[in-house]
Order: sequence, then structure tokens, then C-alpha cells
Amino acid sequence: MSADTDLELISVTKKYGDSVAVDNISIKIPRGSYICLLGPSGCGKSSTLRMIAGHEAITSGDVLLNGKNVTDLAPAKRGTAMMFQSYALFPHLSVTENVGFSLKMKGVDKPTRDASAAKALQLVDMTEFGDRLPAQLSGGQQQRVALARALITDPAILLLDEPLSALDPFLRLRMRSELKRLQRSLGISFVHVTHSQDEALALADIVIVMNNGEIEQAGPAVEIFNAPKTEFVARFMGGHNVIKDGLNDLAIRADKIKITSTKTDDATGVEAVVQDIEYLGTSFSVTARREDGTDLNVTVPDAAFSSHAIEIGQTVFLNWTPGDTHHLSNP
Amino acid sequence: MFKKSTANDLVGWLLASPLLVILALFLVLPICMIVAVSFWGATEFSIYPAFQFENYQYLFESSVTYAVFFKTFLFTIITWFFCLIIGFTVAYFLAFHVHSLTWQIALFLLCTIPFWTSNIIRMISWIPFLGRNGIANQSLMSLGIIDEPLEWLLFSDFAVVLAFVHLYALFMVVPIFNTMMRIDKSLLEAARDAGASGFQTLTNIIIPLTKPGIMIGSIFVVTLVMGDFITVRFMSGSQSANVGRLISNDVALLRYPSAAATSVILLITVLITIGIMLRFVNIRKEL
Repeated sequence: MSADTDLELISVTKKYGDSVAVDNISIKIPRGSYICLLGPSGCGKSSTLRMIAGHEAITSGDVLLNGKNVTDLAPAKRGTAMMFQSYALFPHLSVTENVGFSLKMKGVDKPTRDASAAKALQLVDMTEFGDRLPAQLSGGQQQRVALARALITDPAILLLDEPLSALDPFLRLRMRSELKRLQRSLGISFVHVTHSQDEALALADIVIVMNNGEIEQAGPAVEIFNAPKTEFVARFMGGHNVIKDGLNDLAIRADKIKITSTKTDDATGVEAVVQDIEYLGTSFSVTARREDGTDLNVTVPDAAFSSHAIEIGQTVFLNWTPGDTHHLSNP
Repeated sequence: MFKKSTANDLVGWLLASPLLVILALFLVLPICMIVAVSFWGATEFSIYPAFQFENYQYLFESSVTYAVFFKTFLFTIITWFFCLIIGFTVAYFLAFHVHSLTWQIALFLLCTIPFWTSNIIRMISWIPFLGRNGIANQSLMSLGIIDEPLEWLLFSDFAVVLAFVHLYALFMVVPIFNTMMRIDKSLLEAARDAGASGFQTLTNIIIPLTKPGIMIGSIFVVTLVMGDFITVRFMSGSQSANVGRLISNDVALLRYPSAAATSVILLITVLITIGIMLRFVNIRKEL
């Protein structure tokens, strides 16, 4: 294990009875990076996070934090801190007491832990709310408190379990950029579990896409989106069409397909009938059915759409350059 | 607008009226009667309407009253203490150590099974167990722990408290279990994540969050024990007295005004006790 790795999972497996939740996964996380564990519900991403945190026993395999094997250590002894999905703030304690809770457990005296709590609250811009109870705060404020509570222990890694899923869309975007800003300024690794592709693409240095307890693909966000390795990743990330092409499947991004109303000479040109048109603000999403019955999604920028209006039921031709497609490995 | 709100008011009153009538007839009226009768006078063979403080005067001047009220509080506090310990432990086990809902329900029902029989029968069933030649004494003697039968097992204050705890522990288990089930399990994980030991989680998270349930259970136990008379009579073999027995003796001797005065004082005492208890914990969110 090299010095610039924060966290390493080696062949980690989690079984509940006979069912395998996480199947032999290995991950290496470089120091100070933002990691997103992405996948549909039940893919094992939360179990993985909870095993890193120590809230779930590991069936087999090892977890290394800063080069130290922490597989059998209690959560608080690992140097991780976890932010829970529902924030899990103690409802009977004030914001300051919530944030200072871990210090109280260590036996730190009240003035010291109140001072530390104030500093942590300052980090998340919640200084003036110290005396309130969690129930008196909005969802976004509760989340900041949960964040402060997790950060007060000076963790080497912060683990976040679907931290944005309970927020409304506007707040979600704002907290998303704040999480990223915080991660940059603290310089520690964040491991963030999410089922939202947008969230993962916007935040992560490394996206780890999971399915059925296995890692489908891991890599930088751009790579995951532009070069999905499997059909699952292509479909899950969205914005892609998967085309059956002999033995191997092909993936092509929806915005790389051009729609023309007449057949062009140079390109591949596939005939299709427009089934559906959705307006997405900056673009239109056109669903077109080919002769073999498969649907393709095409993203048309709004300027292109208004100059060449398309109607439902119209026969169109879909073109793309072969360089924009790439092969998917079959599962 | 005005008309509509009066119509709504009327519907509201009508909807509330059945309960109102029942409470007025069967709770408020009898209490008023008792208060009224407590001022009446009595001779050896009759009672007569009057407004005099003789009954109260007699009550407060008698040293028996204070001794009996003291005994009642003693029974209450000891019973409450053991019910709390047992109730909290059982509820804690059910809520946090039994993970499947099916088992929780099954074990919870198991707790309630003894309560399908009447109080009296459950009480009497202790007698052959605790008696001089009962199972308890014989087992202890055959184990060689004691040489001769323990006399204090039955017809003693010990027996009274034992029966009380047996009768009323469930009233503590149910509300505490109910409150504990509402505690978000992720709070316990968050506490563990913050480095809290099991005991620290208990004292810092579980007990504070369970307080309303503890208080509701305590109110049940306190009111039941303070108002009881039959358990004390049976289990002490008429050797011990509490306020309930004082009242029942008066009733047996047809001294209704005196019984009514004692009842009024007992009612006020219980209300004050509960008032003090409610000062400590806000149970509104549980109701």
C-alpha cells in the first residue's frame, strides 16, 4: 500500500445468510479524493460504506485505512466519521451538544467541547443556531449540523450515506457544491453513496459504479460517462443508446446522433419513426423507433430543433460517425 | 360565514357530547357526591346530610391516618422502583435486542399472557407458593440454604410488594416499549460512530428519549398502587394497611362520610403526586 492511498478495500465480501450483498470488491482510494459509490438501490453501495465505517461486520476481506488494517476495529477507533442518511441528530440535545457529543463521550470537559463545537459549526456556517434543538431546524440546516458533528472528530475520511436525498432539488444543488468546497478545503477523502448520476458526475473525482454487489466500473467521472464499459453502466449513467451490433453491443451518446429529415449520403443513416418528444429546457429529447422495433434517444439542442422542427410520427434518419461509438464488453 | 361557524360549533359539540355525558355521569357526578358526602355527619346507625368538617378533623387528628398514608407511599415507591427496573429491562430487551418484528410481537404477547387472568387469581396463586410449607420454602430447605421455613415470605409487606410488582410491571413495560420502538435506530449507530460505549449510549441517548414512556408507566403504577386495597389485604393477611383499606373498613362499618373524606384526601394526594411527576417530564408528545 502506497503512502498516497487513504483507503483500501481488499476482496471485501458481505453476506447476509446465503445472499451476497457485496461480492469480493477491491477499491483503492487516493489521498484527499472525492469518491462516489453509485448504483441502484440494493446494489451493495450502502453495505460497502457501512463496512468501511464499521457498522457492518465484514464477512471476508480487509479494510485498510492509512495503511492500518481496521477490519475488526470499532467505528470510532478507525478515524472515519459517518454522516447518516436521515442525519440521525439526537432530538433531545441542542445543536452544540449534538456536535460536541463525541468529545463528551471521550470525557472532554464542557467548555473545551463547546469551543470545539462552535468552531465546527463555523465551518458549516451554523454558528448562530447552537442553542436550537434539531426539530427547530430546516432539512438543510440539520444536514449542516450532521456534517459538523461528523467533522469534529477530525476524521481521515468522511463517509456520507445518501446525504442529499432528503433535500428538495434547489437545496440539493446548493449543498452539493458546498460538500465539494468543504472537501477541497479540508483536503480529506469523502466517500459519498448516491443513486443519482448527476450527483456523482458533479462531485466525484472517482466514480465507482456498483451493481449486484460488484463493481461494474471505477474511474474518473468523465471516463465513466464517455466510455462506459458495460451495458449496465451505459444505461445507468443515462444519455446513452445501446445498439445491438452482432456479438458486441455498441454504446453511443444521445447527443452525438444527428437527426435529418432526408437521407444524407456520407453517414450511416438509419431510418426511424419519431415516437415521442420531450422538452428539457436547453434541449429536446426525441425518441425514435427503428424498423427492427428498438428505440433510440436523440438529444437535439433547442436551436437545431427550432430550425428543423420534428413531429411525432414523422420518418427521420439518424446519423452518427463511427468514431463516436464504442464497444461494450458483454457481461 | 357566521352561520357556518355556529353550525360547525354545534356539530363539534354534538360529536363530543356522548363522551361528555359518560364522563359527567360516571366520573364527575360520583366525585361530586363523594365530596358532598364527606361533609355529612354519621351516628352509630345512620348518616345525615350536613355541612361539617368533623370527618376531616377526625382524619387529620388521628395518628393512624399519617401512618397509613406513610405506608401507602412506601408501598408505592418500592413497587414503582422494582416495576421501573423490570419494565425498563424487559422493554429494552424487546426493543433493541430482538431484531425480528415477529419475535418482538410474540415475546410481547408472552408478557401479557398472565394478564388474561384476573388480578385476584394471580394474587392468590402466590399463596401456595410462598406459604409456610409452600414451594419456595421447601425448595430453599431442600437446597440447604435455610434450616427452617421463612415466615416473612407470605402475609407480610414483602408479599404485598411482590404481588404489586407482579400485577403492575406490565403497565411499565408497555409504555416504555412503545417509546423505545419510536427511537430511530440510526441514533444508536450515530452514538456508536461518535465513540459512545453501550453504557454511554444508554445513559445519554436511550434513557433521555425514553423518559416520556417511563413517566406514563410510572403514573399507571403510582395510581394503581395508591388506590389498591385488596392486594394489601390478601397478601399481608390483614396485618398491613394502606389508605384503600382504611376506606374499605369505613365502608364495611357503614361510615360513609368518613370513607368519603378519606377518599377525597387520597384523591388530592394522588393528583399532587402526579402533578409533581409531570413537572419533570413532558409527556405531551407521547399522547
